[in-house]
Amino acid sequence: MVASANTRLRLETAHLTALFGQHRAVRDVSLLFPAHTVTAIIGPSGCGKSTLLRCLNRMHELTPGASVQGEVLLDNVNIYAADVSPVELRRRIGMVFQRPTPFPTMSIYDNVAAGLRVNGGRRRAALDDAVSRALQQAALWDEVKDRLHTSALDLSGGQQQRLCIARAVAPQPEILLLDEPTASLDPAGTQRIEELCHALKRLYTIVIVTHNMQQAARVSDYTAFMYLGSLIEVGKTNEIFTKPKVEQTEAYITGRFG
Amino acid sequence: MSGASLRRHLTSRVMTVLIVVLSFTAVLALVLILGNLLVKGASSLDWAFFTKSPVPAGQSGGGVANAIAGTILIVGLAGLIGVPVGVGAGMYLAEYGGGRLGFVVRFVADVLNGTPSIVIGIVGWTFIVKPSGGFSALAGSIALAILMIPMLARTTEEMVRLVPHSLREAALALGYPRWRTSLKVVARTALGGIVTGCLVGIARVAGETAPLLFTALGNLNFTTSVTQPMQTLSLQIYVYATGPFDEWHRLAWASALVLMGLVLVISLTARWVTRARYGRIR
Amino acid sequence: MRGIDRSDRIYRRVLTFFALALPALILVMLGVLLVDALPALRRFGPSFLWTSTWDPVAEVYGAAPMIFGTLASSLLALLLAVPLALSVAIFLTEFSPRWLRQPVAFLVELLAAIPSVVYGTWGIFVLIPFLRSYVVPPLKALLGWTPFLQGVFYGNSLLAGGIILAIMIVPYIAAVSREVLLAVPTSQREAALAMGATRWEAVRTAVLPYGRAGLIGAVILGLGRALGETMAVTMVIGNRHDIGVSVLQPAYTMAAAIANEFSEATTGMYQSALVEVGLILFVLTVVVNAIARILIWRVARGAAVGSKAL
Repeated sequence: MVASANTRLRLETAHLTALFGQHRAVRDVSLLFPAHTVTAIIGPSGCGKSTLLRCLNRMHELTPGASVQGEVLLDNVNIYAADVSPVELRRRIGMVFQRPTPFPTMSIYDNVAAGLRVNGGRRRAALDDAVSRALQQAALWDEVKDRLHTSALDLSGGQQQRLCIARAVAPQPEILLLDEPTASLDPAGTQRIEELCHALKRLYTIVIVTHNMQQAARVSDYTAFMYLGSLIEVGKTNEIFTKPKVEQTEAYITGRFG
Repeated sequence: MSGASLRRHLTSRVMTVLIVVLSFTAVLALVLILGNLLVKGASSLDWAFFTKSPVPAGQSGGGVANAIAGTILIVGLAGLIGVPVGVGAGMYLAEYGGGRLGFVVRFVADVLNGTPSIVIGIVGWTFIVKPSGGFSALAGSIALAILMIPMLARTTEEMVRLVPHSLREAALALGYPRWRTSLKVVARTALGGIVTGCLVGIARVAGETAPLLFTALGNLNFTTSVTQPMQTLSLQIYVYATGPFDEWHRLAWASALVLMGLVLVISLTARWVTRARYGRIR
Repeated sequence: MRGIDRSDRIYRRVLTFFALALPALILVMLGVLLVDALPALRRFGPSFLWTSTWDPVAEVYGAAPMIFGTLASSLLALLLAVPLALSVAIFLTEFSPRWLRQPVAFLVELLAAIPSVVYGTWGIFVLIPFLRSYVVPPLKALLGWTPFLQGVFYGNSLLAGGIILAIMIVPYIAAVSREVLLAVPTSQREAALAMGATRWEAVRTAVLPYGRAGLIGAVILGLGRALGETMAVTMVIGNRHDIGVSVLQPAYTMAAAIANEFSEATTGMYQSALVEVGLILFVLTVVVNAIARILIWRVARGAAVGSKAL
């Protein structure tokens, strides 16, 4: 993969295969995610990109019958090793889903603080700081700072998604996984979140799954193209989109399938 | 319009009217019953009615204080036993109920829900009254709890299943352990529905008589001891309505009105809880 | 990390413990019923089901009149309740203006909230006098030659029991039928209407056949409820061990008999006979409810129908 010798890797997969029962949704994928970059994973529906993402924080195994072969290394430690706790791992990796999922019975404040509280954080002052910091990182602070204790459901769809981003970054994870985060948003909401990606990569390493190629082109530093579970090609984003090396990649990018 | 077509339209009209009339007959029955209750019972509701216990047969006056206290005590105790077990069983079904044990528990709950309450009364008598040597309010509460548990298990399961899977995932992705996800996110979101289910179950057992006939038995005196027989409004109504004295009949109507009022208040509270909470959960 | 696993395990164990209460309960129930009914089962065998004598003095017990009464009163109740309940369901799903839907549904549901003993009280003091004065005389005048209306009407009768039961089961049949009809896809209705059917014809030819299994299930569910009703029935049905085709005569049901006689059962065999009646009733309702549930599940998938307050 194209990474210079002194690029630090935060996350990498090594011959990762993800199975649902006997069916291989992800086949032997080895991918590197350099620190403080945005990597986009693109491909047609069913290519396994979401499944791959969910392997990175061990969410995949929560599905009955699902299993994993190969390794995922976070700072050179295999997260699938026997002595690694998935629950602890997920506190170091944040995830945002397709649809905004604020906790409906909690206020905006409590939603953002949820990840902190589960880690044992309890002191009011520390929580206040963390919440405001997270909301600022998610570009939501100005809109909600006067109503932190109102219900999260009062926010618009785009605002709720930014709330989910704030919730995900509040525990200061090292990696941020975004699974088609703008799929249910309007163009204005989409744009705000794409702007966020640029800002957030200074603090986190981001992996974003998207079915929108233009989004991948706008937002990411590296792009990986998957098809039918296999990694077809990966490289710097502008190279992938202007001079793809594999024919399949070119076919997908030019819209000939998918 | 041709003759056949006219006939068809006429039939449609007639059937529509018939359906509307029959529907409103059902509503009429309700109005009649509640109306009678109000008319025949309201005039007997005085202070003495609520604060005094029954007087010897044949005499006039007296009240149902013992029955009201008994209803509250027995139903309350039944709730204390039935709610944790029922809701707990329901949570089990929703969280871990996909396997064989879940299937069995669900099946058993459905069977128990359809069991006539008099049969529960027999079981209560044999299992609790006989060995313990006597009728008691506690036996009655246990019988009512047995009625409540399968009801609450199913409604709780339903309400928890309504919580979108995505919420569960969001919590897990944050690093919530499974038990905390279940309690603090899923159950908390479904809480309104669970509470409604509990209230509805309580309203239902508050009106029951059959399971209490051979467990709590009834008591003409005012008592709050759970190891003694105790009176409830439902038992009181049964005794008074089937008795020979006009005075008793009058008291039966009044007691029925009070019982109906109690059941209505609890049911309406349940509805209000649903509306208040579910307006927001989407 | 270990702590988290342990907490998860404890949580699951606690919930499983509560869940196990249900199978435990039913095993206890069956055990109690079988053990207590055993003496009577051994003494009378299957003839218990068709013997008409119920003599506590001679210690001869036969449940035939009770079984007959249970079935007869429930059937009568269904005859009266099904047209009403189905009409309510069809009205609410097909014909009702939107603003009327909630109030009517609520009022019909309220029928299910009325305690059985209140129905019984109303039955004794309102329904029976009404029947005696305004219903039975014209009925007898018109149909008194049939075997169903023979004899003098004193009030407590199969008819009164059937009518009260009918009112009591209407809300259950109506609620389930409504769910069944709501599950019928709109496309079915629209297809019929587009072909020029009148509103009633659309209902009759497109909606009702589609939901037929579920509707039958709803009716059987109502039957299941009627079979087990106790208090209202025992207060108006007359409580007499008699088999008769005339609805004007007193009768008995299994539930009413247990309620009426259990406290007075002085001997072990008397009690045992009554418990055996309870066992028969239990088995009957389980079977009927199972059939209902299978039929309903086919149309209105899955939900815990019939186990909510309604």
